[in-house]
Amino acid sequence: MKKLTMLTLMLGIYAFASLSAVAGTPTVSESSSFEQKTGEDLYNSICQGCHMEGGKGASEGAGFYPALAENAKVAAPGYPIYVLVNGLGGMPSFKHYLTDEQIVEVVNYVRTHFGNDYQKKATLDDVKAMTNR
Amino acid sequence: MEPTQGFSRRELLSWIGKTAGAVAMYQAMTTLGFAAESNFDSKNYELSGAPAGASVLVLGGGLAGMTAAYELRKAGYKVKILEYNQKAGGRCWTLRGGDKYTELGGATQECKFDKGLYLNPGPWRIPYHHHAVLHYCKQFDVKLEVFTQINHNAYFHSTKAFGGKPKRYREVKADFQGHVAELLAKCVNQKGLDQAMTKEDTERLLLVMREWGALNDDDKYVKSVESSLMRGFDIDPAGGLMPEQQFSQPMGRAELLNSTLWKHLNEGHSYDYQATLFQPIGGMDMIAKAFEKEVGSLIRYSSKVTKIDQDDNGVTVNYVDSLNPGETMTETADWCVCTIPLSILGQIPSTFSSKLTSAIRAVPYDSSVKVGLQFKRRFWEEDDHIYGGVTFTDMPIELISYPSTDYHSSGKGVLLGAYLWDENSYEFTSMSPEMRVKKALEYGAKIHPQYMDEYDNGISVAWHRVPWVNGCYGLWTPETRKAHYKNLCEIDGRIVLAGEHASYIPAWMEGAILSSLDAIKRLHQHALQSKKQTA
Repeated sequence: MKKLTMLTLMLGIYAFASLSAVAGTPTVSESSSFEQKTGEDLYNSICQGCHMEGGKGASEGAGFYPALAENAKVAAPGYPIYVLVNGLGGMPSFKHYLTDEQIVEVVNYVRTHFGNDYQKKATLDDVKAMTNR
Repeated sequence: MEPTQGFSRRELLSWIGKTAGAVAMYQAMTTLGFAAESNFDSKNYELSGAPAGASVLVLGGGLAGMTAAYELRKAGYKVKILEYNQKAGGRCWTLRGGDKYTELGGATQECKFDKGLYLNPGPWRIPYHHHAVLHYCKQFDVKLEVFTQINHNAYFHSTKAFGGKPKRYREVKADFQGHVAELLAKCVNQKGLDQAMTKEDTERLLLVMREWGALNDDDKYVKSVESSLMRGFDIDPAGGLMPEQQFSQPMGRAELLNSTLWKHLNEGHSYDYQATLFQPIGGMDMIAKAFEKEVGSLIRYSSKVTKIDQDDNGVTVNYVDSLNPGETMTETADWCVCTIPLSILGQIPSTFSSKLTSAIRAVPYDSSVKVGLQFKRRFWEEDDHIYGGVTFTDMPIELISYPSTDYHSSGKGVLLGAYLWDENSYEFTSMSPEMRVKKALEYGAKIHPQYMDEYDNGISVAWHRVPWVNGCYGLWTPETRKAHYKNLCEIDGRIVLAGEHASYIPAWMEGAILSSLDAIKRLHQHALQSKKQTA
């Protein structure tokens, strides 16, 4: 990805469209609410900001961002849903940013990627039980 | 309070302070309602008379931490600061050519701005009523210049209005006022307000509307000398046999209303952004550097705090070198002023009361991103005649801010090319630094087509990826304030918290400094009382 980035830099900004094909690349919403629908797109465009590409987290700063990769805390859907809806410590709540459908998608994406393999899906009802909407 | 028998309140307090000591003075201040005043009191903030040999450990060398260190040392305390970074200032930060910045995730950017050009990734404006910041700027000889917020020639832009063509602030303002005035004048002329007002008042209102709205003799807002004197001319008045002046055509009322461009009209008029705003000449970190000049000798840099412990005898803080994390080092003191952002502090094992622990964990940190763009020439001045100020857009970049310095100079210049919040800020945080710059260029070029040819280099800062904050600022709600704010600010054993997160002016430097002054005043008081009890 670094190499490709350098290449587009050299080619000038008109070549920029080529970046969107790269895995992990966020998309931009132009309607002032998150337009992403798939779990992958939601993860890449929101969660990745802190939890990083591949859910590897960050530990090189004054604090840290927990890795979501190989994280047993996402085994039961309830925990990641709870954290997204209520926030946790420095992490803001995403209840007002995301629809219940988006929360289901991104929670299930994290639970089945980055070395996590929890096949029992979170459902819309699981989310609604916590968002109460 | 009225002066009593020749004593003003301030004189009375000063007299109590001198004769009965600080404890009595504080009690008197509280009784008289003086200490409850939230704002900076330049005559009554200094502390004196620290208990002999008393020490304070300050965690964090930002503005809150350095304010605490500066004032506590003056009062006689033995002070030391532990700072995570290799420099002081925290979020009071400026990026210049040659600076290298590595964000969380490992991406490193090298700032390639020309000499004298910069980006303030964090605070960038100082309102005239931020008295504490201004006080220290004067005391430490930080030179200020005017920051231009409102520029009548800057743009309001919507991708969905006027074919995506930006409108000038003066056009939107004049037309909005003109149309509103015309409607109100019509109301008056049709006797629509006769029941609500006297005849004399409606006549006066009509006069006001004619002037405020630049109406013509028929009380209409139309293409006219009146409206052009507000919104500008198609051809400006000139000299000799040059082309004659041409009035300009106002935007239609419905189209303007539907455009939502008027949404930006009030932004520069709110209390925080009213004239006069300042910025330090050369970059915001001139303030940090000025503080650092005073207290730099007290700072141990590259110190990552790993544990905060306290008991009846004192405070013990463990830390490692943030560049070479190896053996754990320890610092002890009688008292501690902790200015570590709550996003970080909540992750450090600490012996705080459960009330304070809950408060620390109750405050999430907001997202924000800034992008600085250097261009080969100052086309916004040369082509568009925009000198400072802010252009607003409904695109994700939210705004473009033009430099409020070196106006009308030749050569390169740096724009704030994006200042993102909310959804788009999270999206930009998730991008590589290069992609943030590219996106800022793509969007900005829709307002300034010169972007494509004139772009030189850029840099971006996403606050959730800043290694010493993990976010932009503490995001309180009325509910969390009610449940936790007091607990967060109260002295907890031997420790008191300070920073913008412990203020009602979140994200502003003034909040950090006022919070610190208030925290150390209470801590000093507490230290004196403890001393008295043990004596």
